[in-house]
Amino acid sequence: MAIIEIQNLRKTFRSGDVDVHALAGVNLQVEKGEFLAVIGKSGSGKSTLFHVLGGLTPPTSGTVKIDGKELTAMDEAGRTRLRRESVGFVFQKYNLLPTLTVRDNLEIARDISGVKGPWSEQFLDVVRILGIEGKMDRKPRQLSGGEQQRVAIARAIVNQPAILLADEPTGNLDTENSDLVLGLLKHLNKKFGQTVLMITHDPEAAAFADRTVQMRDGLLHGA
Amino acid sequence: MVYTLVYENLKHRPVRTLLSALAIGLGVTMMLTLVGLGEGMMEDQAVRARGVGADLVVRAPGSSVVGMGSLSMNQNILNFVRSQPHVVMATPVGIHSTGGVSSIMGVNFDEFSAMGGGFKFREGGKFADQGEVIVDDLYAREKKLKVGSTLHTMNRDWRVSGVFASGKLGRVMIPLALLQDLASANGKITMIYVKLDDASRTQEVIDGMKKQLPEYPIYAMEELIKQFSVSNLPELKAFIGVVVALSVLFGFLVVFLAMYTAVLERTREIGILKALGAGPGYVLGILLRETVLLAAIGSMAGILMSYGTRWLIATFIPASFVQAIVYSWWPIAAAITLCSAVLGVLYPALKAAKQDALDSLSYD
Ligand SMILES: Nc1ncnc2c1ncn2[C@@H]1O[C@H](COP(=O)(O)OP(=O)(O)OP(=O)(O)O)[C@@H](O)[C@H]1O
Ligand SMILES: [Mg+2]
Repeated sequence: MAIIEIQNLRKTFRSGDVDVHALAGVNLQVEKGEFLAVIGKSGSGKSTLFHVLGGLTPPTSGTVKIDGKELTAMDEAGRTRLRRESVGFVFQKYNLLPTLTVRDNLEIARDISGVKGPWSEQFLDVVRILGIEGKMDRKPRQLSGGEQQRVAIARAIVNQPAILLADEPTGNLDTENSDLVLGLLKHLNKKFGQTVLMITHDPEAAAFADRTVQMRDGLLHGA
Repeated sequence: MVYTLVYENLKHRPVRTLLSALAIGLGVTMMLTLVGLGEGMMEDQAVRARGVGADLVVRAPGSSVVGMGSLSMNQNILNFVRSQPHVVMATPVGIHSTGGVSSIMGVNFDEFSAMGGGFKFREGGKFADQGEVIVDDLYAREKKLKVGSTLHTMNRDWRVSGVFASGKLGRVMIPLALLQDLASANGKITMIYVKLDDASRTQEVIDGMKKQLPEYPIYAMEELIKQFSVSNLPELKAFIGVVVALSVLFGFLVVFLAMYTAVLERTREIGILKALGAGPGYVLGILLRETVLLAAIGSMAGILMSYGTRWLIATFIPASFVQAIVYSWWPIAAAITLCSAVLGVLYPALKAAKQDALDSLSYD
């Protein structure tokens, strides 16, 4: 079953008098449990695609279905619900809340989704796999980049989203930490069937994925 | 969980938090101090009036109820008053303003003292006929006077002969005859305090006197003392209104500024929360809670600071001003502060709630 179905997706930015077609008719299907890598040059529209998929910005035209929900028809409140219920984000710049401990960074993601009670066995497992169970009471600035990114991954999947969107998750990491994080993404994908979409411009990183598609001038190739 | 974030945010910028709370508290202190002064001074006046020990008072025609009065009544009235039924004692008092809120009181000491059950001298005793003055302990503290000190008033130097416990109407007293002489008001007094053989007949005696002295305001002391209330001071009420309005404005501005800069500083955090699926209400809730907490801390600080102003007043100007602690105004001042704070956070919070998640997350 396809968890993402995109047909003829367009996203046009207006900057001054010029229209920038960041997405110029994207078609893509992603199966549940797939680990997909998106590669492409800078400015080709990769991040824009993720922002549309994640409900951070509305599409200009086309149809996008995530987990059966039609995105084009959504208003801001609908996109907020999509972000809360169906999508987890991992950014290049970890984007943890700096004033909160690791535990509270994870808790606030649960709080926003209205989830209460103790952590599930599965999530405790995730935390162990990511190797952050000993860092729970630290603030982000007391962690290395690799550790912060592992916390960000845990936060992104704490509410078991349909899709995990990772935009250059290893962009700020050295090779050793990159391999660790990529390995962990793959492990989570295999062990829990978590659907993962990852942007990268590093072919070695893309090799961790099941399938790679290429973005060029707002169009996807190899999809 | 939201409270952890709110608390961490406040802790993250301790100076901002402290200064905002103090500034908010200042408004609370202003309100509490002013209300406390009104209540305190009225209460003090009531206590001092009660200390005279009279059942009723005859005042000069045209004088106001709570005003100080002057040497404007003919003392011949005294004989009439003394001849009334049930009157066991009537003593004249003269009051002469010495500028501002200070005044000097002339009494026939033995009579005046007897009516109120005697003076309690902390040190020294009664004045001599010439050149001596007695002061109450608050006045002595404010002006740093002791027995033997010199007090300069009414263009001359006086020797302090005694310091008495406050609560005897005046703070500075000299012989009545001397006061009349110095004020060039021979034969003039300000009012007559009257003691009856039976206090329950006060109204009956007043009614009798009023028939023959229709122009003279005559009050039962209990009635008069009831008049010493803030509600009878329209000017003070208006002034309290002004201070409340200023506090609201002040609280509004402080919170607006503090929260506006906080929102600007936290665009990334707000973007992260939105990316995690927080709606406008969630973001609004965080800032609102932070503001309520600031207002609560500020109110508490303001209440504490009002004890500070009371201490300052009691230490340095106890004879001029008395500040009461008016508990009933704590929740009022806190509620006013809360309202102004919530008004202040409205715009910053709406700005944050409407912020686009991508605004801050895309500057990578
Ligand atoms: N908010 C915006 N307003 C106007 N143009 C935009 C906006 N966001 C993106 N663009 C344009 O859309 C195109 C695609 O941008 P996008 O960020 O998706 O590229 P990318 O593939 O993620 O690049 P990179 O690898 O550098 O991150 C670019 O030409 C960019 O300038
Ligand atoms: Mg990008």
